[in-house]
Amino acid sequence: MSDSITIASDQQQSIPLWLLAELSYSCPLQCAYCSNPINYPEARSSELSTDEWKTVFKDARKMGAVQLGLSGGEPLVRPDLEELIAEARALGFYTNLITSAVGADAARLAAIREAGLDHIQISFQGSNQAVNDHFAGTKSFHHKVMMAKEAKKLGFPMVLNFVLHRQNIHQIADMLKLAEDLNADFVELANSQYYGWALKNIDALLPSRQQLVNAEAITNDFRKNHQGNMDVIFVVPDYYENRPKACCNGWGTTFVTVTPDGDVQPCQSAQVLPGFELPNVRRQSLEWAWRESPLFNAFRGTEWMQEPCRSCPEKEQDLGGCRCQAYLLTGDAYATDPVCDLSPKHSDIERVVASAQNIADLNDDGFSYDINKADDITQPLLFRNPKNAKILTKKIGEHND
Amino acid sequence: MINISDSTSVKLSSQFRFQWEEAQQSFVLLYPEGMIQLSASAGEILNRCQQQITIAEIISDLQTAFAEADPNELAADVREFIQEANDQAWLEIKHQKL
Ligand code: SF4
Ligand code: SF4
Repeated sequence: MSDSITIASDQQQSIPLWLLAELSYSCPLQCAYCSNPINYPEARSSELSTDEWKTVFKDARKMGAVQLGLSGGEPLVRPDLEELIAEARALGFYTNLITSAVGADAARLAAIREAGLDHIQISFQGSNQAVNDHFAGTKSFHHKVMMAKEAKKLGFPMVLNFVLHRQNIHQIADMLKLAEDLNADFVELANSQYYGWALKNIDALLPSRQQLVNAEAITNDFRKNHQGNMDVIFVVPDYYENRPKACCNGWGTTFVTVTPDGDVQPCQSAQVLPGFELPNVRRQSLEWAWRESPLFNAFRGTEWMQEPCRSCPEKEQDLGGCRCQAYLLTGDAYATDPVCDLSPKHSDIERVVASAQNIADLNDDGFSYDINKADDITQPLLFRNPKNAKILTKKIGEHND
Repeated sequence: MINISDSTSVKLSSQFRFQWEEAQQSFVLLYPEGMIQLSASAGEILNRCQQQITIAEIISDLQTAFAEADPNELAADVREFIQEANDQAWLEIKHQKL
């Protein structure tokens, strides 16, 4: 996402070009790599109302926001989705719906099109029913396929998104074929990144280096042999890089996220960082959150850095990496992202990577995975659902005592 | 490659949305999850491509609007930009029957 936005020049005050509206944490799926917070609230009563969302859209647009992501959880659980799309469109947003397609039917998609949605992104959890439904924790594959066809029939530009991990990455050729058969305009083969739920499940999800090499080779072959109209991007988990990525295109430069209950964050997982009160649109203006709040100003630029970042010649490029990852892996939100091989904690990443290789090597070819046997060789997946949320939240609580 | 001459008729591709952005003081092209910020001259040219228009018409229109600019340079800039815009798939080109 971030790569395709040209960043406003330095002299300009930064503009939150991208507004991600997480309309609801509620979701019929149970992905074990979900980016929602571990302790997402089960009740929907605290969600922003239709009018509150409209005010958020208006305020963001006034500040120059131009891309709007409608996501969740599952945005389709909001019965006012069509109304929100129409409002956003009237304000001049380019509107992107980020959905699992569960909860849609042909009539709803048509109504969404009518309301003015510009683009739809549908996620798949695997390339066939068995694998998709296993990792979604919900019977949904055939429905997704039907909805993708419907979306194309309605004339939407369509992105299909496959989240890759150790247990489904061997399906990559079939994923590409499925996307092509469904006439996707764009296919994202994005490895899960390891925050939130995914981090809890990392021992079961992180692919091995060999798997990634194979998968990327298959992707490149596909690109070579299919010069159709479908663009393909492949995203490696950053555990396999020597340098981290600039978090969210640069903290507080481009992205703003508003959570279902109105918290304003520079990235989707900033709520994990300790010591900050999250700005909330029920108490403060979006403009205050962006320009004045301690949270947004804490990691802008490079002034906040410690060594080795502080004196590093590359600090303007990656801005020290992801703050949430730094905190989750080192306990210090101001530390160098351990993905960087200059970080004193980089060996922790190498250990996880080595263990992923060991587990993958237990399979005959080191690439494919039999989901029926997965639990014998690795920890069972903790699916995202209210029950597991409670278990994990309790564990975290005990930890802190 | 398509040969673009002054009589070629072009139109902004329906895959993109073109609009003025007050906060950026520029025209932009919007597409799924992305944005291209256009320079002032690119914006002026594409603004005229919202309806089907020939390259010659764009040139003469801009020469009138920017009378202080060197007319030959301006024409060359338009031709160059249209090539580039076509490479980027921002335009739909109507093939001319000869
Ligand atoms: S990642 Fe899966 S569980 Fe989480 S919101 Fe998306 S579809 Fe739902
Ligand atoms: S030390 Fe910090 S600034 Fe330097 S490359 Fe690593 S993360 Fe980037």
